[in-house]
Amino acid sequence: MKVVLQNLTKTYPNRNKKAPGQVVAVNDFTMEIPDGKLIGLLGPSGCGKSTTLNLLSGLQKPTSGKIFFGEDDVTDLPPENRGVGLVFQNYALYPHLTVKQNITFPLENRKGADKLTKQQMLEKATAAAKLVQIEELMDRKPNELSGGQQQRVAIARALVKMPRILLLDEPLSNLDARLRLQTREELRRIQRETGITTIFVTHDQEEAMSISDLIVVMNAGVIQQIGEPQQVYDNPSNLFVAKFLGTPPINVFSGTIQNGMLYIGRDAVLPCKGLADQPVTVGIRPEGFQLCEDGPLCCSLKGVEVMGRDISVVSTHTACQSQTIRSIIRAENAVDTSLTTVRFSLNPKKVFLFHGETGNRLQFAQE
Amino acid sequence: MEKRNRKGWLYLLPALLFLGVFMVYPLIDVLIYSLEEGYNFASQTYQGVGIFNYSYVLHDPYFLQAVKNTFLLVIITVPLSTGIALLLSAGLSSIRPLRQAYQTIYFLPYVTNTLAVGLVFMILFKRTPYSDGFANLILSWFGTGPVDFIDGPYWAKMFVLCFYTIWVVMPFKVLILTSAMASVNQNYYNAARIDGTSSLRIFTRITLPMISPTVFYLIITGFIGAFKAYSDAVALFGTDLNAAGMNTIVGYVYDMLYGNSGGYPSYAAAAAIILFAIVLTITCINLMVSKKHVHYE
Repeated sequence: MKVVLQNLTKTYPNRNKKAPGQVVAVNDFTMEIPDGKLIGLLGPSGCGKSTTLNLLSGLQKPTSGKIFFGEDDVTDLPPENRGVGLVFQNYALYPHLTVKQNITFPLENRKGADKLTKQQMLEKATAAAKLVQIEELMDRKPNELSGGQQQRVAIARALVKMPRILLLDEPLSNLDARLRLQTREELRRIQRETGITTIFVTHDQEEAMSISDLIVVMNAGVIQQIGEPQQVYDNPSNLFVAKFLGTPPINVFSGTIQNGMLYIGRDAVLPCKGLADQPVTVGIRPEGFQLCEDGPLCCSLKGVEVMGRDISVVSTHTACQSQTIRSIIRAENAVDTSLTTVRFSLNPKKVFLFHGETGNRLQFAQE
Repeated sequence: MEKRNRKGWLYLLPALLFLGVFMVYPLIDVLIYSLEEGYNFASQTYQGVGIFNYSYVLHDPYFLQAVKNTFLLVIITVPLSTGIALLLSAGLSSIRPLRQAYQTIYFLPYVTNTLAVGLVFMILFKRTPYSDGFANLILSWFGTGPVDFIDGPYWAKMFVLCFYTIWVVMPFKVLILTSAMASVNQNYYNAARIDGTSSLRIFTRITLPMISPTVFYLIITGFIGAFKAYSDAVALFGTDLNAAGMNTIVGYVYDMLYGNSGGYPSYAAAAAIILFAIVLTITCINLMVSKKHVHYE
């Protein structure tokens, strides 16, 4: 099912009497979600991603804008008529019902012609349980399950009624690190097997990047960028996206452009054609640094962290906006830790320039 | 460890002392009284030990009437008041505008003086030389005829007593239930809404199980409270409850001690022990039934 969001806006009245007006949770959100894809809504807390999810589920009504599921305008439909499955962040499993009863609960609500017999319900519930691999837990109560198992039950409950859209609110945030890795693979598999258009919300960029077909980066209610994870990572459209994606995070410097040369501090680090002389913000991915004895960027060396395959060089530079610069270097390049300075050359593909004030990306030609 | 133990007992001592002096000692004392036959109040002597007091009480028609009244009161008011309180609380929880106002209105009887309440019930039900009471006014609209609710037939008096009891316990129950309902996580309701659950089903399958510990608490305290009913009957029918045929077990105990026919602490003690046994039995049954239906998270 294709999902189209048109100029979706949600505002709340401001509770603070000193600053009357409105809080805009989602601002003019327009995007088309292709059928059968796994979409990650990504952003820091308070960016409006959960509100977007609630608008999709129908639990909240948009202030303006429209939502289409396929060709149907569902903007004014109540949640029960939208055919969505929603997995809550805390799973919201009914604690007094067994796993089986939890999964069949949505089916028991059906009336009239859609009404199912006990046998049919059980079959559907078993199929859903099989999909998420919890068949052997059917008679337990939710509080007898681990977090990961509860999460699977919640997914089974959302899937059992064959929703048109599956929505997941922070699906992995309540799981421990190991389980998170495992469960996100599971999510991917379940989504592939069912082919249901799935939208999930997360603040963890790694989670979003690893399993999504498309990620939507949001900040302060506004879409920052939509694209395939790798493409968004390699080609961030503004400073926010560049900073938000990637671990370790991107290194940000204050720089200037003079006569087609990019200066960081006093070092002329990179030729960049096609840009007028101006102050810029420079983002360099950790993997964009190469050790080079006569490299243009000179930093004071603070230390080296060995990570096996790679080493992480920690250094400082006066023009850097954060305290330290973290660069990832292949482990075979030994760093002499007795030195006080380290010199880098830069991989121009990993260097992004942003407008000094707006933070928008500035494209440059290298030669 | 030994020292900490002693400290723990020290902290418990005040409560234990009070419980011992005002609960355990009287209970044992009442049990002893109830077994002393022919006890003389003035000389503080008795003739023998046995179960004659119980036999006397159990054959006393006034006591049997009191037991019947009390059981009727319990069986009618506990389910009705709990059910009505549930409906009212569900209604209160689902409305937004004026909720505070309604909550206040429903809570008013709790803070109203008993005498004022008695006056209101007199206006509602009592026959005076000038009017038949408000209830009879309504009855006359339906073409039925004046009923004397205070001195009339048994069922009318029982109706007034039940009505009064339900009305008096309602505010407390509504207060407790609305706060229990408010504490149910909104996510459960959201999940149910997404799955298209009807509001009736949401109430019976989600709200009710979620607040079942509170409902159970209200049922147990309701049972105990109704078994101990006395002052309500006095407020409505005066102090000579035996004559009105509206006595309760506690009323019987009181009459045996201090009433016009009083001065028989042994009979009073026997009746009190019987009441104690009844309440204990009912509470145990309640506890056993609740194991199946109450969901503690």
